[in-house]
Amino acid sequence: MLRFTGVGLRYGAPARGSGPGFAGGAAPETLRDLTFTLSEGSFTWLLGPSGAGKTSVLRLMQCVLRPTRGEVEVLGVAVSRARRRDLALLRRRIGAVHQDFRLLPHLSAFDNVALPLRLAGRSESVLRAEVAELLAWVGLAGKQHALPAELSGGEQQRVAIARAVIARPALLVADEPTGNLDAAQARRLLALLIELNRIGTTVVVATHNEELLLRHPAPVLRLEAGRLVGAAGAEPRPAEAPGGEPGRDAPAPAPAGAPPDDARAPAARVSGFRHAGA
Amino acid sequence: MRDPDPVTAPAAPAARRATPWRRRRGPRRSRDPLGLRRALADRLLPGLVAAMALLATLAAAGGDAAAGLAARWQAGAAAAVTVQLPPARADAAETVRAALAALPDVAAARVVDPARLQALLRPWLGEAAAGMQTVLPLPVLIELHLTPEAAARLARAPAAEAAALAERLGTAAPGIEVEAHGLWVARLARLAAAVRGVALAVLALVAGVAAAAVGVAVRAGLAARRDSVLVVHGLGAGDGWIAAQFARRAARLAAAGGLLGAAAAVPVLMLLRGLGASLLAADGDGDAAVPGLAAAPGMLAVADLPWLPLLAVPALAWAIGWTTAQITVRRWLRTLP
Repeated sequence: MLRFTGVGLRYGAPARGSGPGFAGGAAPETLRDLTFTLSEGSFTWLLGPSGAGKTSVLRLMQCVLRPTRGEVEVLGVAVSRARRRDLALLRRRIGAVHQDFRLLPHLSAFDNVALPLRLAGRSESVLRAEVAELLAWVGLAGKQHALPAELSGGEQQRVAIARAVIARPALLVADEPTGNLDAAQARRLLALLIELNRIGTTVVVATHNEELLLRHPAPVLRLEAGRLVGAAGAEPRPAEAPGGEPGRDAPAPAPAGAPPDDARAPAARVSGFRHAGA
Repeated sequence: MRDPDPVTAPAAPAARRATPWRRRRGPRRSRDPLGLRRALADRLLPGLVAAMALLATLAAAGGDAAAGLAARWQAGAAAAVTVQLPPARADAAETVRAALAALPDVAAARVVDPARLQALLRPWLGEAAAGMQTVLPLPVLIELHLTPEAAARLARAPAAEAAALAERLGTAAPGIEVEAHGLWVARLARLAAAVRGVALAVLALVAGVAAAAVGVAVRAGLAARRDSVLVVHGLGAGDGWIAAQFARRAARLAAAGGLLGAAAAVPVLMLLRGLGASLLAADGDGDAAVPGLAAAPGMLAVADLPWLPLLAVPALAWAIGWTTAQITVRRWLRTLP
């Protein structure tokens, strides 16, 4: 479960020195009075114009940032009261896809994807097959040993997505995950996200991609200038209705029926991947 | 792209042509996820640590040598007392020697051969020395070697103990003159202790400077790999894992510098030892304090080098590198959630 309670965030606020988490001087609050709850296994779109604070919300969810005030509760852990060691363990259960990929430039695609499993202490023999299978699924079977600099933007994004899901996170946060993908790849990614959500992963996706919203109507969190906006009441707690009724803010109704076939096939393979490794 | 594992990517044709050298590339990289080989690879750190290690080795060896000298003086010269008998009483030399030898403080007593006395005077008196005996009678000298306990007492309280000893000797053999070396030996021992203290202070200072150098290098590495560190932090890497990456690299570089410095110290120490040995050999006439060196001045034994500091310095450099990197990185990481 994800619960934000009166969350405010000001970069550079905690007078704890010059840490990377607190870079910058005394700035205005990036986020203000965010209160919402996303239930376990929900799928939520995070919308809003650039600079509205979407990335900050995702970073709070990923536990790489502590709120300046209020409380963030991720997977049952209250972040502001947790010990650092526990937060590190918590982060291993959270997958994150960043807008700028954030791949390690000195590691091959294979090693980048394998890193979460290696950090979790998984054996090389198990890990090798899993990583190879996932890389093949994202279409990078032949580029396992390429460095990120040798890959195109779309390929790097697919490596980043593979790295985010390889450890089967309980929570997946994605920041513009389709930004560098073509339409077909974006549909495949959406199918993957839906499949992960179907098998229990809580998914939060920040996006500008209207087509994705049309394809997969889901509750929406809409940010503007660091605040939640939209109709009061239902909006800030979109996922509390278990039916997953689309937020009022959600664009036009989805095209009837399930995702198209080209998306469903890889989704089935992902579930196979999961069961094979589990 | 380069060397797909043939097991996991059998279809890639390039895999078949991959050379063993290429194949090693993947795993090798994966052991350095943060790319520290390049971020902490500057030759500056090993160079700085090597210079520190050279200074540390020389200081430690100097302290060692000072301690050795002090011990030698206390065991040797402090234990020796010279007794003079007026020439008129030359006939009684043997009686006096026996009386002194019987004292509890005295381990051994020996009348100095008159021929040797004349040999000692020859440089000042020339060939006339032989004939001087009748004109200028030489006193009889008796060398006493004190027991270790008596020597230790003398070294502890030179002035008082020397007087007490002279009185005891005088009672046993009236009419003698006593000359104990205790006082100047004690001063030399104090000097040696001071030299040792300075050596220790230099060691501490050098260790501090080395730690500072490692700290600066690790900070530079953190700055260069800040993004990578933040990424692995976001993936759930603990402080211990991240700090270990830096500590391993820094410790290895520091140890390499330590080895280099210690190796550079070896020829310097050999040279100093050689000079010391030739000095002792030229001076010695059987009384040389270091018999081994005096016996074979040309054959400078490798075993005589101060091996303890030479081996301890690289180990210490490794420890300083590891500890400093751990502390630096963990402190930086504490600014993250």
